Amino acid sequence: MSIYIDKNTKLIVQGITGKEGSFHAKSCLEYGTKLVGGVTPNKGGSQILGVNVYNSVKEAQQKLQADASIIFVPARFAQGAIIEAAEAGIKLIVCITEGIPVYDMINVKKIVKQNGARLIGPNCPGLITPLESKIGIMPSNIHKKGNVGVVSRSGTLTYEAVYQLTQLGLGQSTCIGIGGDPIIGTSFIDVLKEFQDDPNTDAICMIGEIGGSAEEEAADFIKDYVTKPVVSFIAGLSAPEGKRMGHAGAIISGGKGSASGKMKALTSSGVYVCKNPADLGITIKNVLKDRGLLND
Amino acid sequence: MKIHEYQAKEIFKNYGIKIPNSILCERREDIETLINKASIPCVIKAQVHSGARGKAGGVKVAKDKTSAIEIANNILGMELKSSQAGVKKVNKILIEDCVDIKKELYLSLTFDRLNEGISLIISTEGGMDIEEIAKTAPKKILTQLITEDFNPEKIVKDMGFNDKINSQICDIIGKLYKICKEKDASLVEINPLVITNQDEVIAIDAKMNFDDNSLFRQEDILKLKDETEENPLELEAQKFGLNYIKLDGTIGCMVNGAGLAMATMDIIRLAGKDAANFLDVGGGASSEKIEKAFKILISDKNLEGVFINIFGGILRCDFLAEGVKNAIQSLKIDIPVIVRMEGTNKAQGAEILNNSGLKFKVVNDLNEAIEVIRKI
Repeated sequence: MSIYIDKNTKLIVQGITGKEGSFHAKSCLEYGTKLVGGVTPNKGGSQILGVNVYNSVKEAQQKLQADASIIFVPARFAQGAIIEAAEAGIKLIVCITEGIPVYDMINVKKIVKQNGARLIGPNCPGLITPLESKIGIMPSNIHKKGNVGVVSRSGTLTYEAVYQLTQLGLGQSTCIGIGGDPIIGTSFIDVLKEFQDDPNTDAICMIGEIGGSAEEEAADFIKDYVTKPVVSFIAGLSAPEGKRMGHAGAIISGGKGSASGKMKALTSSGVYVCKNPADLGITIKNVLKDRGLLND
Repeated sequence: MKIHEYQAKEIFKNYGIKIPNSILCERREDIETLINKASIPCVIKAQVHSGARGKAGGVKVAKDKTSAIEIANNILGMELKSSQAGVKKVNKILIEDCVDIKKELYLSLTFDRLNEGISLIISTEGGMDIEEIAKTAPKKILTQLITEDFNPEKIVKDMGFNDKINSQICDIIGKLYKICKEKDASLVEINPLVITNQDEVIAIDAKMNFDDNSLFRQEDILKLKDETEENPLELEAQKFGLNYIKLDGTIGCMVNGAGLAMATMDIIRLAGKDAANFLDVGGGASSEKIEKAFKILISDKNLEGVFINIFGGILRCDFLAEGVKNAIQSLKIDIPVIVRMEGTNKAQGAEILNNSGLKFKVVNDLNEAIEVIRKI
């Protein structure tokens, strides 16, 4: 078991003929993901990576009945691409694209919800269920199958955490990057709930960063709902106020969204908060050991 | 992206929001001529991207021509120190008509992250920072998410002004909403919004921020960007698609990915030092881009050392090593450079650095990095 995706998840790629799209589609396919087709307007009828390319998601969906779509289109077309996928009945939409205008995302979220779809991202690395399915841009080789669920607002920092886990012999159930933008489709809470309910996840690694209040909301949720151990790191303890740290969402403003506030909220909900990102792996290992959940 | 008050007021004017008459002055030799054209008394206002300009001495009222000229000469070119933005040189001033003030209000529309929409914030305690009002008179701030059935009349009515004033405020709220939607503004703030003795409602200040992600479709707004307000190194980095932010510490760092870059700054702090910058070189950086990034980073004169932390997913460690080696060779750097690389082609990357004949300290993990940085 895993969350959101497994070896049966049928994937289409929006923007499959582009440089990024084709590169990562190939990597997903090589990992074992069930890639069934792709979409690029005006390139319908052609083939790439052994699958058919369609002009629209609707057209692809009539033939393929895909479960998920991953989006690589440029920011200015991303709103349209997400809406197209949602309206065509795709239930899991993963948007990698960075730099989507915030007012576009307000609109997108409403439509995704109306269509009963789940959006992951934007501005995220996607998700992976090791040895089953990769719908994302993460380096495949650092992952290992196991019982730790990983959720993060950042990309490379997630790889760092996963790498530490794998080095220590700890595998992952599913790893999800939810994205670094102010408005994202799937929140920490959504993923925490899935991990809590997933029988194959024994511990959760949650990586947050400065800006917004998603970590504080997650802390409240953990207090009431999550019984599995949660280990966390919040990036940006040394970040100054008023500067946007790369991600559109990573900014401390009006004294709100600081790392220390988030760490405090999580600690008070019983989360193991690491001050040093190098300690994430070992902390999870110790927690699993204490609870008799170490598999080896 | 931020713009100046005078630029924001120009947008207000185009949308039919009342503003006082004003003249912009950019050169010292124009001051006298322009003051002669202005109405007296007038207000002289420094045009810099900073809040709390008044407290910092950047906004002053002149009662006669002589004092107007003197004040204008003092403010134009001054180094404005504010708690919000540090020190900024004033390159432009606005000479503006005085408005008789019966009441000052605070009014803003802002992107509301928590509610994922645009929220209206209004208060009868204008003139102060909204954070200050929140501290001293929190009950006098009204915040309302703007939904499809939003009606400003109800909110405005509760403030107890007459119908003439209320209808003007409602009209301004509608126009600010239009500006947000049409111009991708993430903040439109009028503080203070003034009610005059004739019950006219006038915006005597204007602040606007825009969503950087939307600038590709806001060409008119992008033209308003004042590059003199930006850090020159940050501007240079932007041209190469690098995300660089100058900070106050002494350890330069270069990282791929924003989250890992922040975590790297935190690691430097754990080693008892502070990061000199935030630098995210992004996912698919080439060795040329790495070289450029390194040159920008190293031009900071306060550096005691450099920490390169790369988790190569898409980024290849051999490209990184090549770029860093080239940069160091051409720059003759004598401060310690600590490298931590993980991921694709790690061994080739290490080989390039080890065979370069240059002094690198290659570390294996983050904890080792902390120990090495501590000893710098």
